[in-house]
Amino acid sequence: MSSEVGDGVEAPVAAGRGGREAAVSRPATRAGGGTLSLLASELRTLFRRRRTWALLGALALIPILIAVAVRLSGGPPTGRGPAFLDQITNNGFFVGVTAILVAIPLFLPLTIGVVAGDAIAGEASHGTLRYLLIAPAGRIRLLLVKYVAAAVFCAAATLTVVVVGTLIGWALFPIGPVTLLSGATVSVGDALLRFLAIAAYVTISLLGMSAIGLFLSTLTTVPVGAMAATAILAVVSQIMDALPQLEWLHPWLFTHYWLGFGDLMREPIVWDSFADNALLQSGYIVVFGALAVSRFLTKDVLS
Amino acid sequence: MPDLAIETHGLTKRFRSQLAVDGLDLAVPQGAVFGFLGPNGSGKTTTIRMLLGLVAATAGDARVLGSDMPRHVDAVLPRVGALVEGPAFSPYLSGEANLHRFDAADRRAPRRTRTARVAEALDRVGLSHAARKKVHAYSLGMKQRLGLANALLMPRELLVLDEPTNGLDPQGTREVRALIRSFAGDGTTVFVSSHLLAEVEQICSHVGVMSAGRLVTQGTLEEFRDEGETRVLVRTPDAVRAREVLTGLELGINIEPAGRGGREAAVSRPDATDDESVTARIGATPPEVIVAALVGAGVRVRGFETLHANLEQRFVELTGEGFDVVQ
Repeated sequence: MSSEVGDGVEAPVAAGRGGREAAVSRPATRAGGGTLSLLASELRTLFRRRRTWALLGALALIPILIAVAVRLSGGPPTGRGPAFLDQITNNGFFVGVTAILVAIPLFLPLTIGVVAGDAIAGEASHGTLRYLLIAPAGRIRLLLVKYVAAAVFCAAATLTVVVVGTLIGWALFPIGPVTLLSGATVSVGDALLRFLAIAAYVTISLLGMSAIGLFLSTLTTVPVGAMAATAILAVVSQIMDALPQLEWLHPWLFTHYWLGFGDLMREPIVWDSFADNALLQSGYIVVFGALAVSRFLTKDVLS
Repeated sequence: MPDLAIETHGLTKRFRSQLAVDGLDLAVPQGAVFGFLGPNGSGKTTTIRMLLGLVAATAGDARVLGSDMPRHVDAVLPRVGALVEGPAFSPYLSGEANLHRFDAADRRAPRRTRTARVAEALDRVGLSHAARKKVHAYSLGMKQRLGLANALLMPRELLVLDEPTNGLDPQGTREVRALIRSFAGDGTTVFVSSHLLAEVEQICSHVGVMSAGRLVTQGTLEEFRDEGETRVLVRTPDAVRAREVLTGLELGINIEPAGRGGREAAVSRPDATDDESVTARIGATPPEVIVAALVGAGVRVRGFETLHANLEQRFVELTGEGFDVVQ
């Protein structure tokens, strides 16, 4: 035993009555790790998992493929392909923006669906849910930690696309001041800040969907089911958003503002869609968070 | 201080149409090693899940360490170490990382001593050498040990161990028994479910038996043994007369039909071809009274044996025979 092993280590050995007094007299949360400690543990677990890195790696491939393809082909004719694609040869900074546009409809929802849908159902399928609950993690505390971890993954996923895109654009194409949608030109530093704002916008866009995924995850012990259902809902929502007959519904769809970050590329920046999006997403977080809590609090854990 | 570590009244769980646990009145004294017995599907694990707040009871109430469950789950569970329905871990994490994770989930477990406590618990179950191995590379026995280590991360007043020796080799089984004895020696209450009767007989001070969702008996191991019905086996050529005498005694004697006596009756002895075996349950009747009555009636008693129920017979008496267990 090392020298740092002190009285605390003797504790498990002296199980029994002595242990009870020690446990009761100890201030509950100060000595132990609080919720932040559990969150840190959850994040370590998430980012120690090979699957998480495979998901982020797949997302990183999107800007890399776009940049390499454009570089090899010399760029598409103006006006074809995803927005900003024809700008890449002029300014490598547009790789990141193009890649995020490409990733939003399907690739980002798929990866978020995997992480959010796995949150509770994955623990249930491994049987670790019962051990977390008898630790005791606390049901609401566990949900909260799982949700925050999913939100951190949303940010990591979005940043992966934007950062890798900017770096590969930097490496393969000329870099310079960025011409915005409104026609004004901003410095490189300003443009990089705007890319971060876009990453923040897209991360927020995905938070409502993460809450849906978390709720679906409390309904089943089969993680793949919750993952697939979450991703499918994102696609269905986007399809409905494209149907003019359902126009009354459009402002309420969680995917409605997903591609609305163009306002961040104007001078001055228009924050309206950012605010509308944030409001809509927080509505989804409240509703599906409440559903997840009410479901999980009364759930019989039999797995 | 409450006398009972676990106390339930009318604890009931219904899953749709099936009554999994039916009006359980469990009383586990503090400091006891309580063997919770019952065939597969008799409601043991559901009971344990209700005691730990994983499953909500349909009716009745449960008190663990003096507090109502599941209302005081956050106050009670840090004082309880448990192994429920086999160990379970994240396969992509090392054994050590898994324990760190469960420990972080417990708000009362001090972070400062976490590394040391995890190392100590791993050492205690003999897993130090595999601490950094991923759990998917663990054998069943190693996972079982890791599960026990998880129950030992903090000082506990109550250990709930569901089939703790499942998957362990004989050495591992012995070690687990020694561990359980050492907890009991420290005053920790141990609630251990098992279907290995020999194991229960060796380590438990108290026994409770479940059958088809009901608790059919509970008490000290001695009481449990004594409750068992004593039987006598009479070997005689006058079997018919012997049965009449035994019936005539009217002392609660319960004659078993020939052949149902089990092993003893089935053995035919080549050296005593005209002998037959008569087996009877005699309740509290002293065996000598029976011998006197038989001899007095002219029955040629060539062999007389008193058979005490062992734990296994008691268990079978209470829960049914072989595959005919009460459903």
